[in-house]
Amino acid sequence: MSFLIDSSIMITSQILFFGFGWLFFMRQLFKDYEVRQYVVQVIFSVTFAFSCTMFELIIFEILGVLNSSSRYFHWKMNLCVILLILVFMVPFYIGYFIVSNIRLLHKQRLLFSCLLWLTFMYFFWKLGDPFPILSPKHGILSIEQLISRVGVIGVTLMALLSGFGAVNCPYTYMSYFLRNVTDTDILALERRLLQTMDMIISKKKRMAMTRRTMFQKGEVHNKPSGFWGMIKSVTTSAPGSEKDKICKELKKEVDALEELSRQLFLETADLYATKERIEYSKTFKGKYFNFLGYFFSIYCVWKIFMATINIVFDRVGKTDPVTRGIEITVNYLGIQFDVKFWSQHISFILVGIIIVTSIRGLLITLTKFFYAISSSKSSNVIVLLLAQIMGMYFVSSVLLIRMSMPLEYRTIITEVLGELQFNFYHRWFDVIFLVSALSSILFLYLAHKQAPEKHMAP
Amino acid sequence: MASLDRVKVLVLGDSGVGKSSLVHLLCQNQVLGNPSWTVGCSVDVRVHDYKEGTPEEKTYYIELWDVGGSVGSASSVKSTRAVFYNSVNGIILVHDLTNKKSSQNLYRWSLEALNRDLVPTGVLVTNGDYDREQFADNQIPLLVIGTKLDQIHENKRHEVLTRTAFLAEDFNAEEINLVIEKRYFLRDGNQIPGFPDRKRFGGGTLKSLHYD
Repeated sequence: MSFLIDSSIMITSQILFFGFGWLFFMRQLFKDYEVRQYVVQVIFSVTFAFSCTMFELIIFEILGVLNSSSRYFHWKMNLCVILLILVFMVPFYIGYFIVSNIRLLHKQRLLFSCLLWLTFMYFFWKLGDPFPILSPKHGILSIEQLISRVGVIGVTLMALLSGFGAVNCPYTYMSYFLRNVTDTDILALERRLLQTMDMIISKKKRMAMTRRTMFQKGEVHNKPSGFWGMIKSVTTSAPGSEKDKICKELKKEVDALEELSRQLFLETADLYATKERIEYSKTFKGKYFNFLGYFFSIYCVWKIFMATINIVFDRVGKTDPVTRGIEITVNYLGIQFDVKFWSQHISFILVGIIIVTSIRGLLITLTKFFYAISSSKSSNVIVLLLAQIMGMYFVSSVLLIRMSMPLEYRTIITEVLGELQFNFYHRWFDVIFLVSALSSILFLYLAHKQAPEKHMAP
Repeated sequence: MASLDRVKVLVLGDSGVGKSSLVHLLCQNQVLGNPSWTVGCSVDVRVHDYKEGTPEEKTYYIELWDVGGSVGSASSVKSTRAVFYNSVNGIILVHDLTNKKSSQNLYRWSLEALNRDLVPTGVLVTNGDYDREQFADNQIPLLVIGTKLDQIHENKRHEVLTRTAFLAEDFNAEEINLVIEKRYFLRDGNQIPGFPDRKRFGGGTLKSLHYD
């Protein structure tokens, strides 16, 4: 009986998450496009719903809500469904939509998408070889095999994003890094841009006039096509080719000027953005974020330091922050309190915050990414890719979150996920995090150095 | 090449609706083989004989300024784009017939482009709201073009064309729906009397092109 009640609670929450994913898709991601393939929307919402359910189960685990056996059952079921989606459905549909975009293969869409899916499976399987993640006891198609590989990809992604985020966050918040931009700089750049456009226009006018006179005098001849045409054009030189040559030269100059105009446009946009940031930093909100930026930079330096120590000294933390914090307060500060009660609530709050911020951060990053690279043709493929990334990210969050939970709550994750080498994942996370953070520092430093030189040039 | 002969026409619309293909077709008389993203603004020039065959025939250079980007861009990009909106003689608004949202965004595009000229008259334009009054005293001629007609199934063509007819009416613009690659499919929107001469000539350009 209690099982039925628990299941109905779970299903209601899943429907809620599904609805939220649907709304997010419609309002945020696809707000400039018309949804024509509802499959994409359904897949995205389903992935989101099941990922959030996993987090919900962790919270229930900590709070002790619901029957323990029904929790275990739902964990297993959830995991199976998510793996099914991430490994079978989403890659297949990605292949299907990619193939649909290519006109040549339109007729045999299904065949080619199956081929693409098989290639994906092959590489996915091969991924597991170089990593010491499995004990050879288990069979081929067990949950452990799939989860381990999904975990590797997801952890890599998480570490890359965290590394970059940890460095980029203080860089954007702090106004110390803002370059000084004046209105005259912007005006000068705009003038250069318009001058370049004028030069392009005058050259194009000459080209158009030349083409027109050629056309009127009947000198235009079709470009020789085909194999024999190419051979012919090598040996013979056509009459009126001087005008052709002029056009070709002009075309080359125009291409160079157009490239220059694009650069100038991007630089001007950059200057406007910097000017806005300078104005923003003078407001109250800006000052608050600036202050936060200092905090975050300290936090970021500390994290990099800890990652280095972990790798160098080959150390894996055994206790989670909550238990350690409680130990410290009890032993050193001498404050006595009910350990069991407080550890439950504090870890609930901590884990809850981690979950919520990571979901929110991921959705925002996905949205920005989507706006930057999608077009009306590729929007379906990109959304499915994002759904795949989101699913893998959430699965590996579950793997890593185990570290932040006290021992008694870790059991269910360990039980369900089987005998994974959790320590390996933490080490891998530290390595990739370090690499990503250091290369982001290098990248931002180079970008920062290069920018003022660009528009100081006369 | 004096500035007297200069006609500047903006081509605006969302990403991927076919502005670059349209401009290329108009100026080079060829279909654009590999369209790629327009960064910033790309200009092309077409030589046109205004009032051909009459004694008042005059040759003009029409500059088509194809501005890239989307309506929802960052305000820094919008400010940079505003540099191109100076002294415009005409605006072509392009939308994708297979994508409803691109037609809805046309309102915001036109507001963005016309803002430059409306500001001196002291009219306060609210962002995103559409008000027919704002276009009432607009002197700059508008042309609405719908692309990718061939990608719409035969049955749905009628309702799509009806919807776009309302759109063109709202703008006081003429309307043309076409297929960039295959052929032109011309359909007149409203004939607005008292249009400035330059607009007649702009519409005349397109009407005079027939391809198979």
